[in-house]
Amino acid sequence: MTAQARPIRILIAKAGLDGHDRGAKVIARALRDAGFEVIYTGLHQTVEHIVRAAIQEDVDCIGLSILSGAHMTLFPELLNKLAAENASDIVVFGGGIVPKDDIVELKKVGVKEIFIPGTHTQDVVAWIKANVPVE
Amino acid sequence: MSKKPSEQSFSKSASYEEWRKQRYTSQKERKATYESISFRDQPELVSPDNGGAVKYDEELGYPGEYPFTRGVQPTMYRGRLWTMRQFAGFGSPEDTNQRFKYLLQHGQTGLSTAFDMPCLMGYDPDHPRSLGEVGREGVSVATIQDMETLFDGIEQDRITTSMTINCTATIAFAFYFAVARRRGVSFDKVGGTIQNDMLKEFIAQKEWISPPKPSVKLVCDVIEFCASSAPKFNPVSISGYHIREAGSTAVQELAFTIADGLAYVDHCLGRGMSIDSFAPQLSFFFDVHNDFFEEIAKFRAGRRLWARLMRERYGAKLDASCKLRTHAQTAGVSLTAQQPINNVARVAMQALAAVLGGVQSLHTNSMDETLSLPTEDAVRVALRTQQIIAEESGVTNVIDPLGGSYFIERLTSEIEHEAMEYIKQIDALGGMLRAVEEGFPQKEISEAAYQFQLGVDAQEQVIVGVNKYQEGGEQEIPTLKIDHGPEKAQIEKIKAFRAQRNEAKWQHSMQEIERACVENRNVVPVLIDAVDAGVTLGEVSDIYRKVFGTYSDPGML
Repeated sequence: MTAQARPIRILIAKAGLDGHDRGAKVIARALRDAGFEVIYTGLHQTVEHIVRAAIQEDVDCIGLSILSGAHMTLFPELLNKLAAENASDIVVFGGGIVPKDDIVELKKVGVKEIFIPGTHTQDVVAWIKANVPVE
Repeated sequence: MSKKPSEQSFSKSASYEEWRKQRYTSQKERKATYESISFRDQPELVSPDNGGAVKYDEELGYPGEYPFTRGVQPTMYRGRLWTMRQFAGFGSPEDTNQRFKYLLQHGQTGLSTAFDMPCLMGYDPDHPRSLGEVGREGVSVATIQDMETLFDGIEQDRITTSMTINCTATIAFAFYFAVARRRGVSFDKVGGTIQNDMLKEFIAQKEWISPPKPSVKLVCDVIEFCASSAPKFNPVSISGYHIREAGSTAVQELAFTIADGLAYVDHCLGRGMSIDSFAPQLSFFFDVHNDFFEEIAKFRAGRRLWARLMRERYGAKLDASCKLRTHAQTAGVSLTAQQPINNVARVAMQALAAVLGGVQSLHTNSMDETLSLPTEDAVRVALRTQQIIAEESGVTNVIDPLGGSYFIERLTSEIEHEAMEYIKQIDALGGMLRAVEEGFPQKEISEAAYQFQLGVDAQEQVIVGVNKYQEGGEQEIPTLKIDHGPEKAQIEKIKAFRAQRNEAKWQHSMQEIERACVENRNVVPVLIDAVDAGVTLGEVSDIYRKVFGTYSDPGML
């Protein structure tokens, strides 16, 4: 008999100076309504803070929202800091205005998925269920 | 042989109600509900006996006359077209200076500056928090030297410039006026606008340094300075744009923006300024979204509401104090990354709504802006869209051509009244400053944004190419690539700038700024001298942090 799966824990994060939080907040609410446990960092966090929060809150994945164009700096930094903390098991995905070529590059360095504007919230829910393992 | 028409086919309903009962309700409708993009129930028809009647003198009046429903100028676009003002800025000041000159050569009539995130949040390019953001979303301007380069070859007394900057607006304003002074252009000849609207930052755009109260003080320092020394400059652009983009409804956009304006008015009156000494310089900035008539009515309602508040609440005596002059920008949030060429059509309709709504200046978004900053080609199509509306469509020939439309007039009145209801609610909370501190408008907007997304997910709100008429293989259009070049160069530039400046003068200027802040004096005149002596944007911001404290996002969902 398998134990009942616990709910997936998700950290929705905003990093850097970017103030666009509509998408992050809408997604956070949609994920919560879908039954996940969602923590929202609020705006203007440093990557260190996000990593610390992710570990303290024992999350299964981090959804980083970036609409400032700084994605090629912030995603690799996040992955590196997670690795340095031996927390690479935390799945990293993202959302925001990210050009196609950059998505390819980011996936190469370990970002699992990037959702661009226009994504159905239920597609994000389904993706998380399929791609975030919970023991 | 033709059939003799029966008498019944000429019968007329005596009223809207009768028509509806006799003719309409027996027919089938295409959908269960008809709503605007702001969840507004729309009537199938408006007639004079169904809310479409209008009291001409009281509610409309003639253009250029109170309550300005039909427009703020008597001649509107027959006298002068709106200013075509495309927002631009990226990379180094040299890069953006080139884009400015390109836009002016292509017939643009005013400039609008986008600053990068470090500028907008009060950090110099070499600050660790600026890493990866320098010159990315806008131009990097951290010193008077950067501002001189940005406006190289552009005459500040001939071209009006709009600067989109808020928590550091006092500093950008000081750079711009210090450059004018160096060039021998007197302040009373400098025309332009600085956004400088902090309340909507806490509500929607989320770029801040200090808490709401000192932030409002800084906003009003610029208003006070312009009232006395720069009569052609708009010291604030009270903005609904970001509120709408964050997900508000049309009514919320209008209500919160006007309530922000009232908060600045109250603060200035509290300093002992008279309403007519500064109200004529207050300007506005609204979004133009997809719902065509709702947007047109929003502008008309906004003008009437502001005029009435200025006269009835504050006793303004001048017409100029009652005029809601506004810039508009098409709705960035309405653009889709999917099938991006469709965005040209969206922008054209939104721009048309802005023009029919009677705006004073307009930015049309480029089709590629959900993908990256726009390419020159995409910007040109956006500008040409305005030129087609202005010079081909014929809509500029007649002032307020939709005035008197039963539907438009009813919608205008409804939006005005609903916005006023919100304003009363905000008044009851103690005004917008308090309402913002309590998170009231923030929560209202989050709720509306979430409702909208649920509507999109359920296909009740159709977005062509996104939740209907999707295509498999995505359309590819060229996008602008910005390399990391500007960041390194800007970092080296500011280090060299600091090394060159006169240390004693700089030290003195830093002390003067801090003293002005501590003593609660107007910082603007002090800043104009200080930036001339080499104080940087990040350094002034650090003084604000020290004296006024810092604000951080409460992170409410």
